[in-house]
Amino acid sequence: MADAGMLRFHVPEPEVRPGGTPDFSNVPIPKAGSVARPEIDVDPRAIRDHAFSIIRVLNRTGEAVGPWAGLLSSDELLAGLRHMMTLRTFDARMQMAQRQGKTSFYMQHLGEEAVACAFRKALAPGDMNFPTYRQAGLLIAHGYPMVTMMNQIYSNEADPLKGRQLPVMYSSKEHGFFSISGNLATQYIQAVGWAMASAISNDSRIAAAWIGDGSTAESDFHSALVFASTYKAPVVLNVVNNQWAISTFQGIARGGSGTFAARGLGFGIPSLRVDGNDYLAVHAVAKWAAERARSNLGPTLVEYVTYRAGAHSSSDDPSAYRPKTESDAWPLGDPIVRLKNHLIALGVWSDERHAQAEAEILDTVIAAQKEAESHGTLHAGGKPSTRDMFEGLYAEMPPHLRRQRQQAGV
Amino acid sequence: MPRRTMIEAIRDAMDVSMARDSKVVVYGEDVGFFGGVFRCTQGLQAKYGKSRCFDAPINESGIVGSAIGMAAYGLKPCVEIQFADYMYPAYDQLTQEAARLRYRSNGDFTCPIVVRMPTGGGIFGGQTHSQSPEALFTHVSGLKTVVPSNPHDAKGLLIAAIEDPDPVIFLEPKRLYNGPFDGHHDRPVTPWSKHELGEVADGHYTVPLGKAAIRRAGSALTVLAYGTMVYVAQAAVEETDIDAEIIDLRTLLPLDLDTIVASVKKTGRCVIVHEATLTSGFGAELSALVQENCFYHLEAPVARVAGWDTPYPHAQEWDYFPGPARVGRALLETMGA
Repeated sequence: MADAGMLRFHVPEPEVRPGGTPDFSNVPIPKAGSVARPEIDVDPRAIRDHAFSIIRVLNRTGEAVGPWAGLLSSDELLAGLRHMMTLRTFDARMQMAQRQGKTSFYMQHLGEEAVACAFRKALAPGDMNFPTYRQAGLLIAHGYPMVTMMNQIYSNEADPLKGRQLPVMYSSKEHGFFSISGNLATQYIQAVGWAMASAISNDSRIAAAWIGDGSTAESDFHSALVFASTYKAPVVLNVVNNQWAISTFQGIARGGSGTFAARGLGFGIPSLRVDGNDYLAVHAVAKWAAERARSNLGPTLVEYVTYRAGAHSSSDDPSAYRPKTESDAWPLGDPIVRLKNHLIALGVWSDERHAQAEAEILDTVIAAQKEAESHGTLHAGGKPSTRDMFEGLYAEMPPHLRRQRQQAGV
Repeated sequence: MPRRTMIEAIRDAMDVSMARDSKVVVYGEDVGFFGGVFRCTQGLQAKYGKSRCFDAPINESGIVGSAIGMAAYGLKPCVEIQFADYMYPAYDQLTQEAARLRYRSNGDFTCPIVVRMPTGGGIFGGQTHSQSPEALFTHVSGLKTVVPSNPHDAKGLLIAAIEDPDPVIFLEPKRLYNGPFDGHHDRPVTPWSKHELGEVADGHYTVPLGKAAIRRAGSALTVLAYGTMVYVAQAAVEETDIDAEIIDLRTLLPLDLDTIVASVKKTGRCVIVHEATLTSGFGAELSALVQENCFYHLEAPVARVAGWDTPYPHAQEWDYFPGPARVGRALLETMGA
């Protein structure tokens, strides 16, 4: 019989705090190629273990192995590498621009580039993503102009959102990228509604929902899983587990047991875990889930196991809550390095070509930045008009807003 | 012209809208097979199929959140929250998402949804079946808020709301579902079949959003009311024999300020009546607007008669509900001031 004395309150803690030695030895990492690839119409109960394992394709020596390998040509992989490198360079330049006071705020994707970049390539034209603020890879991998992204970040005269939104809260219907909200998890259930609408309309398009590990604790995560499960909505429910929600380690959202993928099992939703730093694995799992949705087989929940190598945002200092060397110790490594090594092993890439590509990408990003800055930055140059502040709230401006616009002298 | 209850009028509005536009979908808790706990969606699933009218899980945030996603796709969802008292779990989706989507995406995505919710008291509904949360919506830029008071308006306003390109909160005073109610709870209630505003035309028509209706023309005083309080005000006016002008606002946002200002400038006096609690209620906004726009025409302070600043009680229903006696006293005081 258990001790029936005083109750003790439990608060999960990460293994290591600043000053400590990072230790991921207790994170089980299955061997690449070891997780089976089921048929897309599999009974969710038959792949229960997939919610507790990690699907991986690239092994330690950079070979693609196992049943999830072989979906992408080397040209496609080279393009994927370029997308990830572009996003990383873009991040570095924009982070610097924030430090230079050219904008108020920025959020990097460092270490998570594979997730959105590889996922984007599994979608078909017309599919809609409902991203968080850390999936700009969806835009980069889909050819959205970097200058436009920067214009939004700078809130300048060419900002497509007219200066109304915080930096990185992009929106592009044309590129299947739903308007980002600052309110966490809200888009997760909206994605399910979009997918329901597609099914109601007998369409063939699917939706992709995105959420981070911390935000799975929000009630809209539950709402989304209930609705997706009830209506068998054609949606891929993505959980990007980067281990951290600002300063809060993922155990606070997840508790001491299970996985985020396992959350889907209770809803009867097939749930997979995948190596989020393995471009090939992310793409293969995304394609599997997208095919399931498009075949009217319903939703899939996918947990991407990755690590937020950078600060949460330009307003955050991670050294206050985790060891500075923790990202180096992360056992799934760096997504760019891993794909690069794979391409070198395939004989289609080299360190020299990689260095050359890095330089080219930097030139491209800098050129885009110059062009964007010619339209202004937050505190200098061209900016959206004060009139833009009043417009576009309703389809037609109501009388009280017209009066206020008049009072504002515009 | 056929006479309909407000329930029938609301159902007819959805029927007409669904028949005209295949993008209109209707769902909510118990809305599908059963036809709604107030019968407002009865027969719609049988007529239009489960893809157009269906039951939803008990999850208000899910209902509204999914509707926003559907609207972003291109449908026109008209969803139901079973009682306005239960909209709070959806408040994040309504205020931060539905209301802002057009603005924050610069029109890239829009949110043409209608969220219907039965509102108001006078039915022994206690704390969570009687609330009037309209001020929590009128304070939110990007939403439109509508409160019909009769079957004719309910149908026309609901069709207009469904066709409106912006998100509309459609508050249905459940006390008026079967007949007008003037607050005299001790008298038998007359059904809508005996009331001229129970006349509801067949087919498609709209009542424009943002336009008030003058229910009684008068010269001595202006009463601003909406929902059930329109009839309470009418009773109070008859009982006090004051030549009041009664304005049924119908849409709270955008507000028909022109009609209000013209009336108060004519009468010089204004009494505002609502069921919702007084402090920071919509009456405060109305009072401020009247004061700002009619200051030099006012002959008395603007008065407000509202629910007390307490949760809506059960046993004390008629001490809480602002009935004709309380409204009448305010009318007399404002005339005497």
